[in-house]
Amino acid sequence: MIRVILPQHLRTLAHVGSEVQVEVGGPVTLRSVLDAIEARYPMLRGTIRDHVTQQRRPFLRFFACEEDLSHESPDTPLPDAVASGKEPFLIIGAIAGG
Amino acid sequence: MSKVRVLVGTRKGAFILESDGKREKWKVSGPHFAGWEMYHIKGSPADPNRLYASQTSGWFGQIIQRSDDGGKTWHQPGTPPGEAPAPGPPKAASNKFVYDASPESGKPLTTHQWYDGTQHPWEFKRVWHLEPSLTEPNTVYAGVEDAAIFRSTDGGENWKELPGLRGHGTGPKWQPGAGGMCLHTIILDPTNPQRIYIAISAAGAFRTDDCGRTWKPINRGLRSQYIPDPNAETGHCVHHIAMNPSRPGVLFMQKHWDVMRSDDAGDNWKEISGNLPTDFGFVIDVHAHEPETIYVVPIKSDSEHFVPDGKLRVFRSRTGGNEWEALTKGLPQSDCYVNVLRDAMAIDSLDKCGVYFGTSGGQVYASADAGDSWNPIVRDLPGVLSVEVQTLP
Repeated sequence: MIRVILPQHLRTLAHVGSEVQVEVGGPVTLRSVLDAIEARYPMLRGTIRDHVTQQRRPFLRFFACEEDLSHESPDTPLPDAVASGKEPFLIIGAIAGG
Repeated sequence: MSKVRVLVGTRKGAFILESDGKREKWKVSGPHFAGWEMYHIKGSPADPNRLYASQTSGWFGQIIQRSDDGGKTWHQPGTPPGEAPAPGPPKAASNKFVYDASPESGKPLTTHQWYDGTQHPWEFKRVWHLEPSLTEPNTVYAGVEDAAIFRSTDGGENWKELPGLRGHGTGPKWQPGAGGMCLHTIILDPTNPQRIYIAISAAGAFRTDDCGRTWKPINRGLRSQYIPDPNAETGHCVHHIAMNPSRPGVLFMQKHWDVMRSDDAGDNWKEISGNLPTDFGFVIDVHAHEPETIYVVPIKSDSEHFVPDGKLRVFRSRTGGNEWEALTKGLPQSDCYVNVLRDAMAIDSLDKCGVYFGTSGGQVYASADAGDSWNPIVRDLPGVLSVEVQTLP
């Protein structure tokens, strides 16, 4: 079970609390976690990644275990602590705009 | 007794203002979608309880919201709240606006002019305007940035571009205005379901007479000093167009500079700025029952986006233009420096008709006597992006 912490506006859209849990079959990567989030919460499709290019939206970043994973390849395995559920995977909205 | 429902989009959420036909006491609900930019909210003429809303964010992109109960509850079309998510791909993609690139659509263009004159690919940014069908609640058009028109026929669950507009051939000459390259105006002809007018900043106005398959520019008579050829077929920064449904061939336009009218469905335009203190502005609208009575809010200039002389004045012409009177009763006449954006004026169909507009300072003003006098419904909302009104039985 992967623990995911969503930014506030996406929690509102998905009607969930701060942390959600998703099942990932196979390797735990950025791509597989985001696929699982979008499958579980289809209202979030397009809000984290572009519908077509699957690129991360520019003002969002991905963190786990105090590391910025935003620029990692989508198929890079996430830390073991995320895969085991010990640590959450964080989707963060950039602080921007004053 | 009739009622009115005013739908207000702001930079930080949506608000719904309701009153009876007297339009004196108002009930305010909101913010809906707090914290999000609400570019436009509009009700279906065929089903007043059906509302569509464009919810956008620089962080999270585009969301489409729909209400089937007049704004009491909302959901993203295709993913209603409370429904257990099913495994597999989602049933709908109500926020998926993908430009058409299919071979069968002809030759949708892939680039437009960028600020520096180079060519730039089309990139979807947001929905500026939602225009529900006049007859079918599940059909709705979306005007988007970068400029294109999309249509949904399933209540906003899925969207398909009408690619003939970008495929018209002038796309490489279109360029973004200061607010982006947006398709901001969609007008459906109530007497001819094949005819739609649209306007783009900065490309100009276009018309289709075959339900969106093909389009023609309708900019003859527009003159824009700020483009290389002031009389060019396209490239004009049209800010808004309005029409009275009883005379669908007569159009009124607020251009970047100049207020214009056309009496032949946009084929030819003539200037009607007349005695306006400045003919720069964004909004323009038409009286519900007097098709020669029109309203504008002059703005000082394109470099100073606020009303001139610190006075918030709506100007009304009862002669179809050229002769304008300032409407000031109830509006601030000193130290006022707000703007009124292009989709932020609306008119109800009561008698006398009500006129509504919202400002960048968060005020929504209403007149229950066709503009003779004004009162603020609310004074302290976030900056207003759009105002629409529904006249309800």
